[in-house]
Amino acid sequence: MNFPVNQRVRYVLSEFGQITFLARDILLSVLTFKVVWRDLLFQIYSIGVKSQTVVLVTGAFTGMVLGAQTYFQFHKVKMDTATLAVVSVSLCDELGPVLTALMVAGRVGASIAAEIGTMRVTEQIDALRTLATHPVDYLVVPRILAAHIALPLLAMESIVLGISSSYLVGVHILGIEPTYLWVNMLKYTHDTDVIIGLVKAFIYGGIIALIGCYKGLTCGLGAEGVGLATTEAVVYASITILISNFFLTLFLGKIVGLL
Amino acid sequence: MIEVRHLQKSFGTTKVLDDVSFRIENGESVVIIGRSGGGKSVLLKHLVGLLQPDAGEVLIDGENIGPMSERQLLRVRKKFGMVFQGAALFDSMTVAENVGFAFRNHEQLTAGEIARRVAAALEMVDLPGTQSRKPAELSGGMRKRVGLARAVIYEPQIVLYDEPTTGLDPIVSDSIDRLMMRVHEQLKVTTVVVTHDMRTARRVGQRVMLLHEKKIYANAAPQEFFESRDPVVRQFVDGVADEKENIC
Repeated sequence: MNFPVNQRVRYVLSEFGQITFLARDILLSVLTFKVVWRDLLFQIYSIGVKSQTVVLVTGAFTGMVLGAQTYFQFHKVKMDTATLAVVSVSLCDELGPVLTALMVAGRVGASIAAEIGTMRVTEQIDALRTLATHPVDYLVVPRILAAHIALPLLAMESIVLGISSSYLVGVHILGIEPTYLWVNMLKYTHDTDVIIGLVKAFIYGGIIALIGCYKGLTCGLGAEGVGLATTEAVVYASITILISNFFLTLFLGKIVGLL
Repeated sequence: MIEVRHLQKSFGTTKVLDDVSFRIENGESVVIIGRSGGGKSVLLKHLVGLLQPDAGEVLIDGENIGPMSERQLLRVRKKFGMVFQGAALFDSMTVAENVGFAFRNHEQLTAGEIARRVAAALEMVDLPGTQSRKPAELSGGMRKRVGLARAVIYEPQIVLYDEPTTGLDPIVSDSIDRLMMRVHEQLKVTTVVVTHDMRTARRVGQRVMLLHEKKIYANAAPQEFFESRDPVVRQFVDGVADEKENIC
């Protein structure tokens, strides 16, 4: 689609505005509406438990590849035992939360947009409204809260598995001395690295669910509308995660530096 | 009581409703007829606040719902039950969960009481024992009935029907008509039906309104309406296409 620049800018600003209104409604709902635990637990299961395989595979193989590549470079300067420290800090600060979020955006963001979008085109959301139920209370809030809770847990799993896999590759395949490998990792990985990773994952959880819900609630009519909403949910969430990661790294790094 | 005053609605540059005004008294049964794509469903959605008017007022028991926020509307919508054209059942839920949805967060009702009310509502729409079935396992007529049970279980004051017999065979349509009349008589609700099915209009309506050219063109008791000699009303009642459409 070739829109003139001013129309494109207006469209993007309008999307930002609508997402901001949705975020305001969510905040209002969280503050005033009682959370239905049954719905929240179901969403945690749907977002968290069902994403296990994809997140664990991502974490394990990222850890192994990162470990092997780091070793190949560090071996040249006789720093083999620093390999796991680099893997650990990289996974905790950046790769663990970002890759987990990207994988979950693909699986969960698409599923949220498709589910809510289908409900919209089949008038199920209108039916909810006539049954005196606010769609944000019933559909959006449980998904947002569940994503905020599930993402840090998934990221932590991914990081732990990534470090463990890297350790196993380092010790059993590459022949690095295990004690120094482990001690160096503990020496250079700080609590703040773990906290930064968890904070990022918490924020990415909200981004994935917010964009998925927004795209579902505003999707066009028919199968084409749902398809487009699903694609856009994944693309927008992934791009937002990657861009916000840069600013979060600077911001959180600054805070840690001040502490 | 429902009152619509000078209602206007456009989508983009297309005007759908232009200066529509009417009034429906409590307990009345009104049928709104009009051509497909003529704005009947849009009008119905304004009555329950699913759409906001561009201009004009929609008053429910004297309260203008036009400027209300979505949260303020939730209170007003408790007065309404709505049956959608495609039933709009929640496809991830069973029939019992759909019908009992309005009570899902009701703290005063026990699970047993909700199950009893769901069974009674399903009994009323002649679908006893279907509680555990999923919407995908139901026929079109059954889905409409479940939609009706869901709309009336909490005993609303007003029930809105959006094309209740569209896409159904004459026998199932007949049973839905009877059901609407039964619900109207048993629950003493205000009934608003949007349809282009003349048989439904004759049987269900105590008053018939014709939406034509974005306005309420005719508004009369069924006998007067169906005996009218007005060419627009006659054309619609007799189902005669105009010449242009014949050529197409």
